[in-house]
Amino acid sequence: MTPQDFSSLASGRSLTRTLSSKTIFSNMMTGLAFACAVIALIPLVAVILYVLINGSVRLGPQLFTQLPPPPYQPTSPQFNSGGFGNAFVGTLMTVGIASLISIPFGVLAAIYLSEFARDTKIADAVNFMTNVLSGVPSIVMGVFAYGLIVLYTKSYSAFAAGFALAVLMLPTIVRTSTEALESVSGELRQASVGLGATNFQTVSRVILPAAVPAILTGVMLGVARAAGETAPVIFTALFNNFWNFDVWKPTATLSVLVYNFAVTPYKNWQELAWAAALVLVALVLVANILSRWLTQRKR
Amino acid sequence: MATSVDNPTGMSYRRTEFSRIVDNGFKWLTTIFAMGVGVTLMAIAFQVGLQAIPSIQKFGLGFLFTARWNPVEDIYGAWTQIYGTLITSFLALLLAVPVGVGVAIILSEDFLPPRVQKPLVFMVELLAAIPSVIYGLWGIFILAPFLQGPMNWLYQNFKWIPLFSTPPTGRGIYIASIVLAIMILPIIAAISRDSLVGVSPDLRQAAYGLGATRWETLFQVIIPTAISGIIGGVMLALGRAMGETMAVTMLIGNSSNPSPSLFAQGSTISALLANQFAEASGLQVASLMYAALILFGLTLLVNVLAELLVRRVEIKKI
Amino acid sequence: MTPNLERNALQTDTVFQTKDLNIYYGNFLAVRDVTIDIPKNAITAFIGPSGCGKSTVLRCFNRLNDLIKSFHIDGKIFYHGQDLYAPDVDPVEVRRQIGMVFQRPNPFPKSIYDNIAFGPRLLGYKGDMDELVERSLRGAALWEDVKDKLKVLGTDLSGGQQQRLCIARAIAVQPDVILMDEPCAALDPISTLKVEDLLQELKENYTIIIVTHNMQQASRASDFTAFYNVQANEKGQRTGYIVEYDRTEVIFQSPKNKSTQEYVSGRFG
Repeated sequence: MTPQDFSSLASGRSLTRTLSSKTIFSNMMTGLAFACAVIALIPLVAVILYVLINGSVRLGPQLFTQLPPPPYQPTSPQFNSGGFGNAFVGTLMTVGIASLISIPFGVLAAIYLSEFARDTKIADAVNFMTNVLSGVPSIVMGVFAYGLIVLYTKSYSAFAAGFALAVLMLPTIVRTSTEALESVSGELRQASVGLGATNFQTVSRVILPAAVPAILTGVMLGVARAAGETAPVIFTALFNNFWNFDVWKPTATLSVLVYNFAVTPYKNWQELAWAAALVLVALVLVANILSRWLTQRKR
Repeated sequence: MATSVDNPTGMSYRRTEFSRIVDNGFKWLTTIFAMGVGVTLMAIAFQVGLQAIPSIQKFGLGFLFTARWNPVEDIYGAWTQIYGTLITSFLALLLAVPVGVGVAIILSEDFLPPRVQKPLVFMVELLAAIPSVIYGLWGIFILAPFLQGPMNWLYQNFKWIPLFSTPPTGRGIYIASIVLAIMILPIIAAISRDSLVGVSPDLRQAAYGLGATRWETLFQVIIPTAISGIIGGVMLALGRAMGETMAVTMLIGNSSNPSPSLFAQGSTISALLANQFAEASGLQVASLMYAALILFGLTLLVNVLAELLVRRVEIKKI
Repeated sequence: MTPNLERNALQTDTVFQTKDLNIYYGNFLAVRDVTIDIPKNAITAFIGPSGCGKSTVLRCFNRLNDLIKSFHIDGKIFYHGQDLYAPDVDPVEVRRQIGMVFQRPNPFPKSIYDNIAFGPRLLGYKGDMDELVERSLRGAALWEDVKDKLKVLGTDLSGGQQQRLCIARAIAVQPDVILMDEPCAALDPISTLKVEDLLQELKENYTIIIVTHNMQQASRASDFTAFYNVQANEKGQRTGYIVEYDRTEVIFQSPKNKSTQEYVSGRFG
């Protein structure tokens, strides 16, 4: 076999650049890919920008202290009055309940996965279930809570909404906590066991404290996401135009307020919807930036 | 290990009964909660299925193929909603997959210096963090007026195509699909990027060493190698699109009349649930549960398939 | 410092010629003062302790270092008299003519057939692909092993077969030169001998440069040998350079330089 038989192939070709169809194709694809990146960023910028512009119109302390106003005409002297203090409290309440349920639940499950069942078939199965659970639509979580709690207690309530949000947060908490616990160094674990500590002592005194910052980061992201979730809350907490501090009563939340007020024709309600959107977006942005900053600082 | 003898220092080397109980109890406690994750998943299926029984008995499988939702006469069939769920998800994928994979390529190749690339990755992740209801709000007040002109043009010039056969309004299948596409884009981009980055650098070197250009390497080696991860990401996005509720509910128009036109108002299963659950009773609740069960089944199927596909790719779920 | 061969001492054509080549990563000088002629249709081995830059020099010959952002050179590399780093030279075109076999076998996760056909397809080969695949596989002494399973994934072969597949893939485009970066480092001794036998056949038609840490291999398989060493400056930066370059038997039997003598007799490295 001699190379000369294949003189049409590599040997003897010019080394210099030519403006072939290949070069044109390459440049076109590169341009197209960059166009994709720009297209993807336009909505992000547009959403944040418009929420900022429209939401800041009404920004002020009265938002958090006053109740939603009745619909006023833009000419009315009271047009700029009112807020969503009750919805803000309601969001804190539902998300608080969700955290109280899902954090202990999720962290304990994560301890099992990382400390007692690592690399076993059971852990695989639980991880699989966790991932599938995180793919269940959030509205189905609402349906679940409705059937389990609202129908049973015969009342919409903050607790029912908190329960639905807890199911929603659970996979996030389990996954981030498992990762956090598994990333604690094996040496630390061996050192503790080598000193004769029991499993419980090792986990509670050595591993958990070392993993807490990373777990908190995951919890923070889960909380921010739960605060913005609307679908599971809409027919569990329902809504309430007045102050409510009872977990067993219907409660307003910021996210449902955005939904309810956005689809009305009343200008002052629409403006409140934008203001509530600003609060939610700010929460999400702060949580995401903070968690990123924390994880980067660790590295 | 717990049977050494006590020694003169006064330290007890014998594990007390109490410590043993605590330790065992702790292990059992964590086991129960870990199992609880699976139990929760099954409880959802069981609960929703149980509540749906009256409707399943009354309407049977015909429920899936009848386009009728009439609370006044208490007759229910979810075909419009099922169709709406499938068509909006499909359109959203059609729009989001090419863009998402393009973004993933930009974010996995070395087109950009890391200084620019890292914030870009973060911004795409943020896109997934914005609450759905805010996309809905933005869709109603900003995107819908903006799209009015171009969509009218499509209608004026192409109304002979059934897809564009009705006059566009601010609400409808088309705008719900566009917003859905925006919402699932980050999932596709993030998982595709992970899959592309995961391709061994040896293969890239081999292709470059044979004189392949960057795009020849991408199309013939890198993407084919990463394809199962990319498809898995697309499936996860499909699952998300089918279950997505608020933005769709606010933008699709919530009409129970089926129409082939993309400009027509429609509905999805999740929008139906969001609209009617709070004020439903009797057989209507059971029928809504039936619809929820269908949605649960659809997303479960898609997610399990996706999970099997992406299992090897490390997923950063959003 | 760097002994250069007289051209008539080689009595053959020159494929590569470097002049005062310095290779940098950012500000860091990785290899200095490389002046070397690589003869045609011969096997030239680069040996030396790890970190001496022998692989770095090798990767300059097909511009694979271009993939590293901070990489740059000064000095010249001529390929058949043409400046390889001239601004109008397309690195992709260079890599098509100068094939490379890597340390770890890296077949594509495609069929054996498609692995071989990959390069020719890039070049728009219009001829009989089946024949080309067979010739390439025969050329890499792999045909008998795989002729009945061309549709099997290349990644399913054994390590030694994978490396011969990578060699077949490289020769399928009929390159002028084949660069080999420690091609046997990941192979067992029997596969290594097979690859070495193959090298002897290949040099009939190709110019081969092989980087190896295995001195037995260099002395068995190569015609010329360049010995690289590494020197640390006051800041602790390690820069490689060529100590001695000559016919292989000279390097291994009567080297002029003391450190070469020590290295080939196994006293350091």
